[in-house]
Amino acid sequence: MTEPALDIRSLTVGYQTEAGPLIAVHDVTVAVAPGEILGLVGESGSGKSTLIRGMLRLLGPPGVVVRGSVKLAGRELMDLDEEGLRQRRWSEVSLVPQSALNALNPLLTVAEQITDTLQAHGAVTTAAALARAVELLTLVGLDPVNLHSYPHQLSGGMRQRVALGLAMALDPPLVVMDEPTTALDVVVEREILQRILTLQAERGFAMVFVTHDVSLLLEFATRIGVLYAGRMVELGPVQRFRDGGAHPYTQGLLGAIPPAIDEQREPSSIPGSPPSLADPPTGCPFHPRCDKGRATCRVTVPESTHLDGEHEAACHIL
Amino acid sequence: MPHPVTPLLEVRDLGVVFPVGGGWRPKKLHALAGVSFAVDRGEILAVVGESGSGKSTIGRAVTRLVEPTSGSVLLEGVDVHAAEPRGPSRSYRRRVQMIFQDPFGSLNPVHTAGHHVIRPLRIHGKSSKETARRDAAALLDLVGLRPGADFLDKHPFALSGGQRQRVAIARALATEPDILVADEPTSMLDVSIRMDVLRLLDRLRRERNLAVLLITHDLAAARYLSDRILVMYGGQLMEEVPSKELAGTARHPYTKLLVAAAPRPNADIHAALPARSGLPQNIEPLPGCPFIERCYDGAAICSQPLTVSQLGPNHRLRCHIHGDPR
Repeated sequence: MTEPALDIRSLTVGYQTEAGPLIAVHDVTVAVAPGEILGLVGESGSGKSTLIRGMLRLLGPPGVVVRGSVKLAGRELMDLDEEGLRQRRWSEVSLVPQSALNALNPLLTVAEQITDTLQAHGAVTTAAALARAVELLTLVGLDPVNLHSYPHQLSGGMRQRVALGLAMALDPPLVVMDEPTTALDVVVEREILQRILTLQAERGFAMVFVTHDVSLLLEFATRIGVLYAGRMVELGPVQRFRDGGAHPYTQGLLGAIPPAIDEQREPSSIPGSPPSLADPPTGCPFHPRCDKGRATCRVTVPESTHLDGEHEAACHIL
Repeated sequence: MPHPVTPLLEVRDLGVVFPVGGGWRPKKLHALAGVSFAVDRGEILAVVGESGSGKSTIGRAVTRLVEPTSGSVLLEGVDVHAAEPRGPSRSYRRRVQMIFQDPFGSLNPVHTAGHHVIRPLRIHGKSSKETARRDAAALLDLVGLRPGADFLDKHPFALSGGQRQRVAIARALATEPDILVADEPTSMLDVSIRMDVLRLLDRLRRERNLAVLLITHDLAAARYLSDRILVMYGGQLMEEVPSKELAGTARHPYTKLLVAAAPRPNADIHAALPARSGLPQNIEPLPGCPFIERCYDGAAICSQPLTVSQLGPNHRLRCHIHGDPR
């Protein structure tokens, strides 16, 4: 097997509080092969943002990576110093955030944001960097007339395209997308998604796509990981999820999607609400909302077990 | 209009104009222009569209949070602005209630769930001082916060997003309204609890014969839950279609675009969209179709003012190109 583009082992991430550490991500292990699209889905409080911030070492205090290992193309990220991290960012892994308005520097034009990044990662002349910026904007479907605009002069969709262009700037083998289309209108979302997938197919980078919307992932992910209360409760090829999933939470989540326009299906719902981070239930974090639970579910946290091939789930009844 | 008898709520040719920009001559933003529709008891009418479509302004005009610049709103045939020109009466506010998108912002953090529900019960004379707590608990029960009595003394911070939205719904129901305007009631909620809240609205319209105006960007949810869908763009009604016939009946290029952009697990994600993305020109708009910039079917006639064609009992269209009866 080739070296994975991203290899996360037993990653546990938490937050320091006065009452002691609060664990937001428990023991997540997942690898992403080159050119693969891993979709991560979770609701608010599921730990999806903490997971990617932790794994990219972007988490500031009080957040801490408690333990675990994250390797980019075989090289450990957890023991790098700031300078080592700086060199890896953008060139080996880039991040497209949910709100590009908050991620772009409001005082810099689009051209300056892109040329800054390029010049920080190599001796590039300003003219060459500008030419590359024009190329990048064209690549993400943004008219280069916007090159000298400030972020506030662009629409949400245009800003998201700038963020996407930045993520492509140094052609990294891994791109992490944190809800890149959530704040956008459906039509713009669809256009940007198509652009992302075209770029991914052309350039072959591996992608981690984080979202709360599992219906989106069913359309394009290679594999899907489901996060619930900071744990990876199911991980497997997308077809397993198109077939309805194995974990009771996944099944509930898939059932709760309103039927698509061309679909006749009665949606279902999951009773209760996701647990609080500060006061998680004992045993399986999903047991208070699960209708298939047994006595053991209330006591023991289920280990992730292989169901078949690459498909695994953490559930006592499977 | 297809209504032989007076509908519960009728909106005729509604226009809302906001001044924008300062200076001597502020420009005019046409948030709504020439919108007409009707909704009856026990019906769910969905209003869909992207940002800037005017869908929220419809809700705010119906609840009289904004005053229309032109047109009229009729409640059981009575023009509410002519009858109550100085602002909505208490009786109007009792009959037309609203729930908002953000259950974190729409509840007062210093008051309990019970307070939020008891207040309208008392103000609108639905409960006596003695029975108010019991009635509030019953309402919380009704919206799925069971047992309601246990939730009376909880503050919003102790409730989840879904629970807060239920308190907001209970508060709206306290006045025994005829119409409930729900502006994106589930878009801030977690996916696993959205369907529960939507189904609650569905149950209430059946059990209480409530008319619901469901304002949403989620076409799939609108189709599943509502009877009819109004598709808005640039402050204008583009099409009204019966929800169950959405995919087969819709003719407007914008409706078709929204259908194509909605997630479908088995669809080809790379399939070309039937129109472009973009934003409507709401400020000092030109006459003619607001969708003209984004439409692939546009022709010279599209810069002429639009009229509505009635294509079926609940199917209306504003389009120069696709309006011919087939």
